[in-house]
Amino acid sequence: MNEIEKMLLMQIADLHKVPDGAYNIRKDGDGDGRRSTPHIRIENRTDGKSGIDIFVSSQTQNESVHIPVVITKSDYREKVYNDFYVEAGADVLIIAGCGIHNCGAQTSEHSGVHTFHVGKSARVRYVEKHYGEGDGRGGNIMNPDTVIYLEEGASMLMETTQIKGIDSTMRTTKAIVAAGADLVVKEKIYTHGTQFAGTDFTVELNGEGAGADVVSRSVAADHSKQKFASRIIGNAACNGHTECDAIIMDEAQVVAVPELTANSVDAQLIHEAAIGKIAGEQITKLMTLGLTESEAEEQIIRGFLN
Amino acid sequence: MLELQHISYSAETDGVEKRILDDISLTIDERFVAITGPNGSGKSTLAKVIAGILRPQEGRILLDGTDITELSVTERAKSGISFAFQQPVRFKGITVKDLISIAAGKKISVKDACSYLSEVGLCARDYIDREINASLSGGELKRIEIATMLARSTRLTVFDEPEAGIDLWSFQSLISVFEKMNSLTGGNIVIITHQERILSIADRIVVISGGKVEREGTREEILPGLLGASVCRMLTDKMEG
Ligand SMILES: Nc1ncnc2c1ncn2[C@@H]1O[C@H](COP(=O)(O)OP(=O)(O)OP(=O)(O)O)[C@@H](O)[C@H]1O
Ligand SMILES: [Mg+2]
Repeated sequence: MNEIEKMLLMQIADLHKVPDGAYNIRKDGDGDGRRSTPHIRIENRTDGKSGIDIFVSSQTQNESVHIPVVITKSDYREKVYNDFYVEAGADVLIIAGCGIHNCGAQTSEHSGVHTFHVGKSARVRYVEKHYGEGDGRGGNIMNPDTVIYLEEGASMLMETTQIKGIDSTMRTTKAIVAAGADLVVKEKIYTHGTQFAGTDFTVELNGEGAGADVVSRSVAADHSKQKFASRIIGNAACNGHTECDAIIMDEAQVVAVPELTANSVDAQLIHEAAIGKIAGEQITKLMTLGLTESEAEEQIIRGFLN
Repeated sequence: MLELQHISYSAETDGVEKRILDDISLTIDERFVAITGPNGSGKSTLAKVIAGILRPQEGRILLDGTDITELSVTERAKSGISFAFQQPVRFKGITVKDLISIAAGKKISVKDACSYLSEVGLCARDYIDREINASLSGGELKRIEIATMLARSTRLTVFDEPEAGIDLWSFQSLISVFEKMNSLTGGNIVIITHQERILSIADRIVVISGGKVEREGTREEILPGLLGASVCRMLTDKMEG
């Protein structure tokens, strides 16, 4: 692995070396190392599409799978399908992420479709980081699609982060949540320059006691644009909450589009959205502690996206 | 030593100019100087003028003989002025430890952060990683604000009603904080207060009314009058004001 690849892996997966547990590293479209473990099996797909199938057995407890994707070529486009089959009762941490280092003048693009079949009472924590950089003028595009099926009593925490570096992203997440199952999404986005980040969540709460909490915190700086759409559909006695909290700066634009549908009198759905600039008194307070205005802004943003 | 020379500050609301501070001159050179006066008399405005948050239209401000009138908020903070807000500011995501570190101007150890918190009567372990957001109570927020002043320990600190929202039994520890700070810095502490127990430790008391210095002097000179007749007048002022 060269320095750029190592750096990208650090950024997206906090990996300094080959990870413990199961992993699959994909580099510029090819496999660059894989390990299955007694409980977690990683295999090539059999349907001709690019990508892998990951089988997490019900014996899995407190284990992790790393599946980073690294792109270092310019003018490179790929679409990858990864399917996760998490058996009933398993408890697993999945760390995915994509890092692009594009130093050419052409666009590089990664589109990934991750599908999660989470069995009864299984627990998944899914961490996804997107990172891009480049010294050329080529664009970095990432379009992650996430499809989640939670069976009865299953729970999934999805933490998705994109801090700068990606010029255009459209992230689509769809989840079907059964009775007693619970989905929590924590999204953090920072766009600057002329970047665009779009987010589109659709969650169907289909059984009694199903729950969803979709929370997005974002900062839009310079001339960047963000669009946050969140749809929660309550088809039973369920609890749904979605929240968009955005700091807008400079000439940026943020659009928040909530949509709640209750098809049951017992569905409890809440949406909160707040878009605003950094409060002047916050900057003033930090300046009275000795920070300059721009240092104060930086601290406030860093804390907000923490 | 802080010198305020002929400070006047006006603000405009709905096209009407209002003189909030009217030719205030003061020299602050004692350990503890208390500023008191009715609600709306201009005390917080004066504190903001000292911190550089508001710019007076007239007058000069000198810190240890140096003219700081033109200095920004940041520059004043760096030259040794600290200001504890009447209403502390909340921040999503910034933790108590972060804020104390920012105040101290360096990364500080958990142990040091904890010692500042204990000083203001907070059980450090419970607070160190808390966010300074809406989940903190008003009194907790005030104490954290005071802890950040301790972390800074500059030559001049202005506290704007530090006692507000703080339960009575903690008064003595509040006073110990002031004493500790003074022994660390050897500087001046200005306390805007309505509280007799704090007034009674002041070396000097300044009474502000209608944007002017109404009276000033030693505690012995001012306090008896404040506790007697003028209380009544302060209340009338408030009703009229
Ligand atoms: N920006 C402003 N525009 C107009 N009026 C203002 C402005 N800021 C403060 N004032 C007014 O100036 C007066 C002094 O306010 P200030 O906050 O300094 O009072 P205070 O003495 O600190 O009162 P308290 O004891 O209630 O804290 C008040 O009448 C207030 O309404
Ligand atoms: Mg006040």
